[in-house]
Amino acid sequence: MVPLVEVNDLTVRFVTREMTVHAVNGVTFSVSPGEVLCILGESGSGKSVTLRALMRLLPPRRAQITGSIRVDGEDVLALDAKGLRHLRGGLVSMIFQEPMTALDPVYTIGHQIVETIREHKGGTHAAARARALELLELVKIPSPERRLDNYPHELSGGLRQRAMIAMALSCGPRLLLADEPTTALDATVQIQVLILLRRLQKELGMGTIFVTHDLGVASEIADRIAVMYAGRIVEEGPVADVLAAPLHPYTRGLLASTVHGQSRDHDIDAIPGSPPDLRIVPTGCAFAPRCGMAIPQCRAGIPEERHPSPGRMARCIRVDAPVPAYA
Amino acid sequence: MINYIIRRILYAIPIAFGVSVVCFSLVYLAPGDPLQTILPSDASAETIALVKAAYGFDKPLPIQFLKWLGHVLTGDFGESIATRRPVILEVSGALYNTATLTTFAIPISFTMGYVMGAIAGCFPGRVLDRVITGTAVFGVSLPNYWFGIVLVIIFAVQLMALPATGMGGSGSADFNVFRWADARFLILPVITLSMVPIGVIARTTRAAVAEVLNQDFTITLRAKGLSEFAIVRHVLKNALPQVLAVMGLQFGYLMGGSILVETVFTWPGSGFLLSKAIINRDIPVLQGTILLLSLIFVTINLVVDLLQSVIDPRIRRN
Repeated sequence: MVPLVEVNDLTVRFVTREMTVHAVNGVTFSVSPGEVLCILGESGSGKSVTLRALMRLLPPRRAQITGSIRVDGEDVLALDAKGLRHLRGGLVSMIFQEPMTALDPVYTIGHQIVETIREHKGGTHAAARARALELLELVKIPSPERRLDNYPHELSGGLRQRAMIAMALSCGPRLLLADEPTTALDATVQIQVLILLRRLQKELGMGTIFVTHDLGVASEIADRIAVMYAGRIVEEGPVADVLAAPLHPYTRGLLASTVHGQSRDHDIDAIPGSPPDLRIVPTGCAFAPRCGMAIPQCRAGIPEERHPSPGRMARCIRVDAPVPAYA
Repeated sequence: MINYIIRRILYAIPIAFGVSVVCFSLVYLAPGDPLQTILPSDASAETIALVKAAYGFDKPLPIQFLKWLGHVLTGDFGESIATRRPVILEVSGALYNTATLTTFAIPISFTMGYVMGAIAGCFPGRVLDRVITGTAVFGVSLPNYWFGIVLVIIFAVQLMALPATGMGGSGSADFNVFRWADARFLILPVITLSMVPIGVIARTTRAAVAEVLNQDFTITLRAKGLSEFAIVRHVLKNALPQVLAVMGLQFGYLMGGSILVETVFTWPGSGFLLSKAIINRDIPVLQGTILLLSLIFVTINLVVDLLQSVIDPRIRRN
């Protein structure tokens, strides 16, 4: 099958007069049509930046992007302004983390959906409004007729995120990018939105890239998982395999640091230390300073991709050798 | 919405009342005794008492205030000490002349300020932004009476293209803006008066637009594939409430008429009237002018509040 998304050796650097931040350092992945890839990582691991680079939403004057991004055969980094407008919202759309700030506060929900539809599909205002109403029904917003004329601040967080999803789906995108869409919501609402997204993704057959720091969310929605650390994918594989038998010590650390029914007196195993400073280019494995299994060779060079079994990848020089449990 | 309008109007009433108290107290806050201007310096104690009683100055202050307020509410602001004409005629004539200037200065300065500020805000840090911001600082910092004098020297004295002062041969009573012979007199004062509002509004708009562009939803607008034009429309609507607040203030200042600018151009407007009243210690005129101007100010701000809430419905909630 021809992949829907092909990202090859993507790097993103933010350059200011004072410093250069190496946010993404050589990321390669692909997503098939209808597949859900979850990018997992802590804040500052470069997952959101990767997502935004896919739509060229990074500030053009500060962000230096190299590598290649192809979506549905289109070379995203080579698109002109018109091609980019067609890509954004038409072929690819994005759901953001915080629906309160991601929606324009001074326009109604209806207006914001209608303008998207008319930008891409043209047509009359009435037709676009009718479609907007269908979309609100699709995302299960109660009394959708009335909600069309509501302003974002008049909706609850969950409804706002549903409206955001409706807007993202309005032009039938082939690829959906979701940037921590449930993080800002209450726990109960989180699950509802997640179930909704999962159902819509299956029904509409959209390829999806879902960025999260929440392992539970990832296991709920993903087909495949890519774990990012310091701007690099350190492990990738089918969700069940990665969660059952993580290869990279960082992934293992993430799993160990999640609450899942440990006894109360048992401390959660937090990963010691903190993520590296991205202003400094690492010469070895970026995780080595925090890794309990690090050996001198870890710092000698950036670990190559290793594929111990089909579909699995990890950037750790100790992957081939049997490794003891993460200390 | 109706509730909000009623609430805002009710808020305006105590403000208007406060303003009237301050205007009334002017007589007592101003240095010197108001009777000094009427009475000869060697008046006897009996004469002073007589005049005091005649003007009601012998009554307790609250009584004096209520009587004054009663007159004011029926449109009776008393008589000008200097001209013996009713204050209401003096003030309304002057306000009308100032309004003539304002009618031209407002559209010019608001449009220019908003457009300049919007352009600068959309391209922060670029050359165009620097040029506009520089011009705006120039407009705000330049003393406008000095700028008026320079304009007079260039266009009236050197080029002899435009009149220097006054309202033309037919005077203020017959002034007709649709007659070129009269309208020529407007040009220099209107340009001079527009400088400050252009600068202030351009700077406010620039800051507001730049702030809106930093908000998350502008990324959503881009991610939806909207055209730059549509994005700018969103940004401008979001920036407008902030700019409206400043526009309202500038409108108020312009209605107050710049004392200095109107003096430079001998334009018989409210600023000119105020300066005359101050020099002549014409307290009734001063009271009447300040009261009316304050009420205009309160009204403009009320209208601005309502407009803001129409644009940004979140304002109605607080």
